[in-house]
Amino acid sequence: MQQLEVVEFTTTRANHLVDPGLQIWGWEVPVYLFLGGLVAGLLILHSLVVLLRKEQDMPASYGIVPMLAVPLLGLGLGALFLDLEYKLHVLQFYTAFRLGSPMSWGSWVLLLVFFTGGLSGFSALTRTSWYRGSVLPKARRLQRLADFAGRRRRGLAKLNLALGMVLGIYTGVLLSSFAARPFWNSALLGPLCLVSGASAGIALAALLSRAPEERHLLVRLDLVLLLVEAVIVVLWLLGMSNAGDAGRDAVALVLGGSYTAVFWLLFFTVGLIVPFFLEIMSLRRRWSETLVAPALVLLGGVVLRFVLVDAGQLSAVGG
Amino acid sequence: MAPRPERSFGMAVDTVACVGCSACVIACKSENQVPDGHSRRWVNQEVRGRFPELKMRVWSDCCQHCEAAPCVTNCPTGASHYDLATGTVQVSEADCTGCKACMASCPYDARFVHPTGFIDKCTLCQHRLMQGRTTACVEICPTSAITVGELDDPGSDLSRLLRSRKTRQQKTAAGTRPRFFLLE
Repeated sequence: MQQLEVVEFTTTRANHLVDPGLQIWGWEVPVYLFLGGLVAGLLILHSLVVLLRKEQDMPASYGIVPMLAVPLLGLGLGALFLDLEYKLHVLQFYTAFRLGSPMSWGSWVLLLVFFTGGLSGFSALTRTSWYRGSVLPKARRLQRLADFAGRRRRGLAKLNLALGMVLGIYTGVLLSSFAARPFWNSALLGPLCLVSGASAGIALAALLSRAPEERHLLVRLDLVLLLVEAVIVVLWLLGMSNAGDAGRDAVALVLGGSYTAVFWLLFFTVGLIVPFFLEIMSLRRRWSETLVAPALVLLGGVVLRFVLVDAGQLSAVGG
Repeated sequence: MAPRPERSFGMAVDTVACVGCSACVIACKSENQVPDGHSRRWVNQEVRGRFPELKMRVWSDCCQHCEAAPCVTNCPTGASHYDLATGTVQVSEADCTGCKACMASCPYDARFVHPTGFIDKCTLCQHRLMQGRTTACVEICPTSAITVGELDDPGSDLSRLLRSRKTRQQKTAAGTRPRFFLLE
């Protein structure tokens, strides 16, 4: 019988945040990435509704969705802030612009999204009966801002569409730029996170909508996105398994390794395939539209970010 | 593209001479006041082969002070930077937000979170190099297994060693062009 070659590696390194199980980012970063992607999806959806003049057909996507973008982004940034180890230095992000650092790009894009998304959100708020009935319209500056946002609605929609796409891609590129982690080091992560974020945004809009026509349209849109997402996931895993030893070791984390069950059962099946078929059935009138499918899509989006961030930190370049 | 430094310091560790005593780890902690529970250096032990023909290698390891350091590229604030006087990779505490992008981008896992909040790692005793002295780990090593010197100076001890011995670099697949060499 041939003896196996022994390879044993021990290290006396004692950095408790690095060894024995590499843990750089905890729950805060996946939560931030999910909320960032979700906000990107909301902004893209709202912008398309405005640009395609579908305001009457899609009241939730036009009226409610933009008001959620900035608060949700604020929550995400709150999670990111909690993750910072040197919280007093948070403003250092805005004292430099580093061309090669996706995190630097992201910091500035988030600032722009706060501004343009905030304006769209405020414009939507001024259309609500609550705002009109309050004392706020009497404030001249607020009214001038509301008039400006109302006049520039389509221009803002164009900006939000572009920034939403950049934000969605950024949530993936942030991870894919780390060549040291083969699980992340794929150009497909940007499109994957964009599509997943857009799908989550549409799912949230479907949860909020009370108009059957709007929900029908959202379900049809989401079907396409879920299909594209599934294809990108398969291509990403195929690419990784053909990327040498480091890639094969990385993909093994979800193909037999410790993240297999959560990835394939909770994300791919429950968060992607099941809502896909539920949505098909609802379109064919064999299943009445419920909140189940959009809720599962949102769950899938959260699970994907947690698996991405956690498993990625365990993957490493060999040699 | 990293700017060209005035001098380019590097490090070599002799895996035949290193006995893994960890004196370098302790000297580094003492010299740089590295807090409890953390270390800028560590010792690796690797056993390979088929029994009974097993080979063991031991070496002291640290930040590789890469020429194409991903920690510098990925740092959003410029806190991780190249020191142009020594060619080493340094962290500016004042600019560091503790976002840990550098930790995620380092293939060698050489960085850690200092209890103050900034990201810490080996500086190659930059303060000593600037005074014309060598590093604390080199000074303490009882078997002279660690050598620090200028890579651009063909007459330096390091350059001579690299010419005369078989060398290996770690995780070259990451494309970081490390300035850290293992002598076989």
